[in-house]
Amino acid sequence: MEQKNNTLLFYTLLYFVFLYLPVLFLPLFSFNDSNFMSFPLSGFTTEHYEEMWKSTNLHKALWASVKVGVVASVVSTTIALFAAKAFARYKFRGENISYGAIMMPFLIPEIILAVSILVIWLSLGFKLGLVPVTLGHILFCTPFAMLILIARIEGFDFSLEEASRDLGENAWGTFYRVSLPLYLPGIIASLLLSFIISFDEFILAFFLTGSDATLPMYMWGQMRFIQKLPHVLALGAVIIVFTTLIVLLAFWLRNLGQGKDKADFGIKIHE
Amino acid sequence: MNNSFIQINQISKHFGNVKAVDNVSFEIQEGEFFSLLGPSGCGKTTLLRLLAGFEYPTSGNLLLDGSDITALPPDKRPTNMVFQNYAIFPHINVEKNIQFGLRKLGLTNEEIRERVNDVLSLVKLEGYEERFSSQLSGGQRQRVALARALVRQPKVLLLDEPLGALDKKLRDEMQLELRTLQKNIGITFVFVTHDQQEAISMSDRVAVMSEGKIQQLSTPNELYKNPHNIFVSDFIGETNFLKAETKSKDGEHINVSIEKLGEFKIKNSLNISENSSDVICSIRPETMMIDKEKSDWDICLEGKIKQTSYLGEITKFYIETKEIEKIITVSSQYFDNQSFKNNDCFISINLDDISLLNKK
Ligand SMILES: Nc1ncnc2c1ncn2[C@@H]1O[C@H](COP(=O)(O)OP(=O)(O)O)[C@@H](O)[C@H]1O
Ligand SMILES: [Mg+2]
Repeated sequence: MEQKNNTLLFYTLLYFVFLYLPVLFLPLFSFNDSNFMSFPLSGFTTEHYEEMWKSTNLHKALWASVKVGVVASVVSTTIALFAAKAFARYKFRGENISYGAIMMPFLIPEIILAVSILVIWLSLGFKLGLVPVTLGHILFCTPFAMLILIARIEGFDFSLEEASRDLGENAWGTFYRVSLPLYLPGIIASLLLSFIISFDEFILAFFLTGSDATLPMYMWGQMRFIQKLPHVLALGAVIIVFTTLIVLLAFWLRNLGQGKDKADFGIKIHE
Repeated sequence: MNNSFIQINQISKHFGNVKAVDNVSFEIQEGEFFSLLGPSGCGKTTLLRLLAGFEYPTSGNLLLDGSDITALPPDKRPTNMVFQNYAIFPHINVEKNIQFGLRKLGLTNEEIRERVNDVLSLVKLEGYEERFSSQLSGGQRQRVALARALVRQPKVLLLDEPLGALDKKLRDEMQLELRTLQKNIGITFVFVTHDQQEAISMSDRVAVMSEGKIQQLSTPNELYKNPHNIFVSDFIGETNFLKAETKSKDGEHINVSIEKLGEFKIKNSLNISENSSDVICSIRPETMMIDKEKSDWDICLEGKIKQTSYLGEITKFYIETKEIEKIITVSSQYFDNQSFKNNDCFISINLDDISLLNKK
């Protein structure tokens, strides 16, 4: 018994090392006082971070990514909320097919998605830029949002909504006073995850941005200059920390209020 | 002109090819405690949800207090519902739950406070205002659900098996309490249950349902003493069925031949036709007498006790006889499982206690 647990523990550790060690090199070298990624480390500095932050192109790219991320996460979460509700609440003809259709971008290789959008967008005579990137991201984020929201809504007791109707609220009142507060942890989790997925996304952006770079595109551009490498490391380290925090927050929210004790709801809308 | 409070006119509700409610018509009077009784899946909840407005009928119409409510959504109907699982909002406390339905009624803050306090004392929940659903027992949740519905002062209160989740003792208490409450406030109650004892002990009238249809609608007393068909007779209380055939009519009576017992003149209150073999006789266990000696009752049979079950106030005897194919159940307050030597006994039947029913 003991023996078995130890093997399992070893395997788990190995797995995490394999998964996260390469990622940990980024922050490590980003504080190293050298332009090259090599041991031994030569000294501690925050200079790379300061240098990185000076670039106005970085600011432009960051702002572009935030804009795309906010729009993509809000739109995909809204689409997913209504779809998830329909799937969880009603049985209807073509349910499986519609579910599959929404989940498809999950399975199609991203590059194919990117090329298809590129071809269609150009053949319609539109210019490349942040708009097609946003559209692509909406398509790409919706299945993730669906998965999160369906998990939240599936266990939902729909007699609560009926009780609200029974107590004199119309459909909108019911949505605002009952459904929304109860779905809210799931909605926020979905917004956060969609935002992060869009924020980190590279391939769609690579094909569709044209001249307005998003943050990953900016990083990609910087990699061509060897002397800029430490800046990329610094930026990468910041993005990793930011992403990790958001994902942890999203998962914490997703599980909120789903335990036995519904009184610990945490989020309440006051009327 | 008909001035019944609730009129249910030829209501049907189909889900695909399931006829959950099948062409049902009846009326409910104002202030009545009315029960819908039937086994699981017979359409009780569907009928209640049609009254609440959560379902719309496939055909037929509904009148409440003279106006047609068939097409009204739930929030526009003067009805309120106590849900089977109570459906207490988990994200707001007891007080907010109870206030939930008052928002649209245009009351002043003073009036709201007054109504909430009144209803809290009515259901004996003072002091629980700040609690959340998860911090309440089943009985308390049920009271919150009741308070939340009653605070709106509906014309009709709809209750879907509200006592189903409670343990036996609490259920008995709540039966009495609900009944008293209903008589005091005078609101019409439509109460759904699958528990015949519950329906019989609480209601002014009961509609027994099966497969989407009303089998019988009458007072509890009538239901027990005078079941209209084999389903009702079987569902309400316990009974013994004996094979029978009708012969010739004789005024209000009819001659019936019962298994190997012979031919008897029995009251024909359901006006069953002559020379039919689609009939059956029903005798309640408590109407028969079990004894050690022969009696001078209309029918007296010699029997052997196969099994007994001692229930405290009564004992049930399962008895085999030469004449009747099935084991007969007789209950007695005087004898118990130790009263009979060799399990030999006599059972006696009065013809008045035999009801003649159609098989269908
Ligand atoms: N929304 C629905 N969709 C399909 N079938 C339903 C639905 N609601 C009820 N039914 C069916 O209608 C019948 C009656 O159900 P119900 O009214 O819930 O019975 P009861 O409350 O007496 O147990 C059942 O056969 C049930 O499966
Ligand atoms: Mg039911």
